[in-house]
Amino acid sequence: MSAAASGAKIVPLAPQVAAAEAHARLRGVTRVFELPKSTLHALGPIDLDLAKGEFFSVVGPSGCGKSTLLDILAGLSEPQAGTAEFEGKPIRGVPDGVGVVFQEDASFPWLNVRDNVAFGLRRAGMDPAEITRRVDYAVGFMGLKDFAGSYPAQLSGGMRQRVCIARTLVLQPRLILLDEPFGALDQQTRLLMGDELLRLWRETSATVLLITHALDEAAMLSDRVGVMSTRPGTFIDFVETGWERDRDSRVVSTPHFGDITARLWEKLRIEALKIMSAGKA
Amino acid sequence: MSEKWLRVAVVTAMILLVEALCRIDVIPRMVMIAPSDMVVELGKLLASGQFSADIQITFTNIAISTVLSVLLGFAAGVIIYSLPSLRDAIEPLLASYYAVPTFVFYPIFITLFGVGSASIIAIAVLLAVVSMITATLNGLDRIPRVLRKTGQIYRMSRVKTALLIELPAAMPYLFTGVKLAVAYSFIGVIASEFILSGAGVGYAIAYAYNLFENGHMYALMLLVLIVVTVVNTLLNIVDRRLQARRQR
Repeated sequence: MSAAASGAKIVPLAPQVAAAEAHARLRGVTRVFELPKSTLHALGPIDLDLAKGEFFSVVGPSGCGKSTLLDILAGLSEPQAGTAEFEGKPIRGVPDGVGVVFQEDASFPWLNVRDNVAFGLRRAGMDPAEITRRVDYAVGFMGLKDFAGSYPAQLSGGMRQRVCIARTLVLQPRLILLDEPFGALDQQTRLLMGDELLRLWRETSATVLLITHALDEAAMLSDRVGVMSTRPGTFIDFVETGWERDRDSRVVSTPHFGDITARLWEKLRIEALKIMSAGKA
Repeated sequence: MSEKWLRVAVVTAMILLVEALCRIDVIPRMVMIAPSDMVVELGKLLASGQFSADIQITFTNIAISTVLSVLLGFAAGVIIYSLPSLRDAIEPLLASYYAVPTFVFYPIFITLFGVGSASIIAIAVLLAVVSMITATLNGLDRIPRVLRKTGQIYRMSRVKTALLIELPAAMPYLFTGVKLAVAYSFIGVIASEFILSGAGVGYAIAYAYNLFENGHMYALMLLVLIVVTVVNTLLNIVDRRLQARRQR
């Protein structure tokens, strides 16, 4: 469990993944928003390769375009320049095999937990027996078995986020995009949800991209962390954590965890200060 | 629960007080008959079938007004919602709409539709429709953006997103509009019958009033009260279920 014990080091700028292994790939991706009186250069140009099965996190100051980056990978938004590919195909609209969990509670309040989790499968017109099997599994996996008949309003924020994760999980996505999914939760719940997420990642062997503002979350969960600059957001550092695949939230007590967090903060601090001095935070 | 029983106790006490005041002639029979007599009179009136036609026409008109207001209000709400600049322009008008006493327009409706159900329904719809428009706008405003995004993630068409996500998400707010539409339809129809009709419960009450037929008058009032109470209780049960799911 302890990567520090296995002698892993912080590897600074990670080399780009070999072309054949890249699961998702961004090249020169740039996003500009046209405002009524001006243009806002939100993102890029960004180059990024996600290796198949990798757990990659993005940290960055607020407003740096993290969510825009996720929207582009999810096919919810198109870049003005550059290319975005998933499994070798250009991303046009939401690609098959991509699941997204948002920061906001996206559970459907009019459906109970089971029906929430089954929603995407029913839209896909899947065989009812298979839907039942997958939903049972996901509900059990996320610890929601006793709440299967409950409505979201009867659940805590953490539980509702589990519903959203279960709803994504049943579709068996090959790339899971998470946009600050635990942002609204308290610290302890966040750590435990992080464990759930690691378990899910190991189980599904999906590629994961997690957007977070919490350095500890990124340091604990990821194989690799990308640090973004202030707007227009670009990657200014990549940090390989060197954790073993079989890890959990207990890595936070290792010295290596402290080293990673310190390195992330060292880079991010400068960016955060820029925002603060510009009076934006 | 105790709150509920207290409410029942307060209502019962008021009825008993009125009953007592009537029985000891503090309230003269010319002014008001005792509540127990109202019940007896209502029983007789319903058994005789004397007012069946009036009752039927009134409640049919209320039902038609409600359905028309809900459908027209919802459709108008959706259209206004989809045209933001139109919305900005007319929203102040909608907000101050209920400052206008709709009933002053009754001569226009008589001219347009004549005396009868058509003008009554027109007035009731005019009164009720704006509450449904407002509720529809409010409901559509309150659909969380993330739910629409979720629809995109599931690669749902515009129509499917509207039917399977937006409509259920807005439903608790839409239902508030339905409740108001029912209330305004009751008011609109019965009040219009007082002034521009030759039939209906409102007309029958006014007629009984003019002839000093207190028995008929109070029995019909009681009937309206009972129906309103039952309808509202049913609507509130549905409303509570919808609201319970909205609590976040």
